[in-house]
Amino acid sequence: MSFMYVIETKNLTKKYNDLVAVDNLNLQIEEGEIFGLLGPNGAGKTTTLLMLTTLNPPTSGTATINTFDIVKHPDKVRKSIGIVFQDPSSDEILTGYENLKLHGWLYDMPADLREDRIKEVLELVDLTDRKNDRVKKYSGGMRRRLELARGLMHHPKILFLDEPTLGLDPQSRDYIWKYVLRLAKEKKITIIITTHYMDEADKLCNRLAIIDHGKIVVLGAPKDLKKELGGDIIRLKAENLDVEGLKKLQYVKNVSNCDGEVCLTLENANEHLQEILKAVGKVDSVEIRSPTLDDVFLHYTGRGIREDRPEGGWGEKAMNARSRT
Amino acid sequence: MFLRERSRVISSIINPLLWLLIIGGGLGSAVSFGGINYQTFIYPGILIQTALFSSIFFGVYIVWDKKIDFMKEVLVAPMRRTSIFFGKIIGGSTDTLLQILILFVIGFAFMVGGIMPGLHLTVLSVLVSLGFLLVTTIGLVAIGLIIGSQMESPEGFQLIISFLIFPMFFLSGALFPITNLPSWLSPFIFFNPVTYAVDGMRGVMLNISKFNIFLDFGVVCLFSIIMILIGTYAFKKMKL
Repeated sequence: MSFMYVIETKNLTKKYNDLVAVDNLNLQIEEGEIFGLLGPNGAGKTTTLLMLTTLNPPTSGTATINTFDIVKHPDKVRKSIGIVFQDPSSDEILTGYENLKLHGWLYDMPADLREDRIKEVLELVDLTDRKNDRVKKYSGGMRRRLELARGLMHHPKILFLDEPTLGLDPQSRDYIWKYVLRLAKEKKITIIITTHYMDEADKLCNRLAIIDHGKIVVLGAPKDLKKELGGDIIRLKAENLDVEGLKKLQYVKNVSNCDGEVCLTLENANEHLQEILKAVGKVDSVEIRSPTLDDVFLHYTGRGIREDRPEGGWGEKAMNARSRT
Repeated sequence: MFLRERSRVISSIINPLLWLLIIGGGLGSAVSFGGINYQTFIYPGILIQTALFSSIFFGVYIVWDKKIDFMKEVLVAPMRRTSIFFGKIIGGSTDTLLQILILFVIGFAFMVGGIMPGLHLTVLSVLVSLGFLLVTTIGLVAIGLIIGSQMESPEGFQLIISFLIFPMFFLSGALFPITNLPSWLSPFIFFNPVTYAVDGMRGVMLNISKFNIFLDFGVVCLFSIIMILIGTYAFKKMKL
């Protein structure tokens, strides 16, 4: 028997009229991975997620999740997955407990199992003593935790997190990160995460894909992606800098001018720092930094700012058409 | 859940009362139909009005659920969209019928207190009226859900439904008799399913009706079945 991936997409494509939102996407994700889906606004992340979670059907191509086809067996796919959405998705006028109970109903859980699971997940996210408060009174972080608890209540094999820490304070973010790492390690849950925070992706993901214009631009482990950019950067500020002398050093790959200062690209900057400083003489300041995932991201997707495209139903379209006349 | 939105509870009772007392009382001082005072005459119409406003408005919750991601949470659960649609129908209808029950209590008090003479609220007439209201409400909730499933902003939803609710209410004969209408008006009225609900209820409560009660009930049922079919389809095709 051949090895089965937990998630495998085959030429997954979504078109909205003439716009190709996701273009022949081919991805394989293994069990227990934390996989990051990164990309600028409008790159196709959310559309991909909507298709994988069976909320929007693909225009062509398909994907299997937990061996079930998303087009042919959406019901079985839905039983295998849990989701924490980008926007708040809990009912404000219900209490935390009631939200979880509703989830139990939606997933057709027997009452005793439901109560056990509610207890379990509430403890997991530290909300047991707030369970009878209405969600309206929760902070953003608490609400996120409740939604995370809810996504796990039916013990999914795969958990989708759509920008799980958007708008949260550093404490809540840290808490959620620790929790996600523990889930992947202890429960072997495969986690798919989309985010705009590169530090988050760097910290959490085993592998990540940067997508742009509906296609994968680059895919790999964060560490490897950073390495591929060509090592560390040393930034020097000095008067009368001997640029020619620097260029003679073999290990310096590139010398460039950045905002009036000099930037060197090289591998293992720490080892060569002494020599470089000797070569250039007196300097005012030195800064060494390793490339971050931000550098990787900008390298592959460019620096241009993306416009979001709003979409509307026919009602909004009709109204827009009317307001134009 | 209903009780947690106090403003809605209060307005759902105050609104029909204002209609009954002010429109009914004000116009009633000058108008009466078939020897029945105007307040009594419009009482079945006001019941329908409550059903109309509350049921169609229920669709706005779909729009809100879509606006926050709650709708996705529901749609991603392992159940069919048809079940979700019927769940919403049951929810919306219960909501509306609760408000209507309160109006029945008020109507009964007015009848006993002599404010609305000529009103026959018997067990039979109340049950038949509830039958009409239930079927009509189901169809109207379905309309709200159909529109809600297509809209993305609550404001847009509000705008569209006001284009629907007011004509349906004013063209239903809720406020005037539908005999001897001007010829340009009657097609609109006879095309409006709400007309038949009002006519049927007025028949059992006041003994004033234009159509046979079975015709009334048949039209209302047909209307609701069609709306349910369209609604099931709209939910299957609903995009986020």
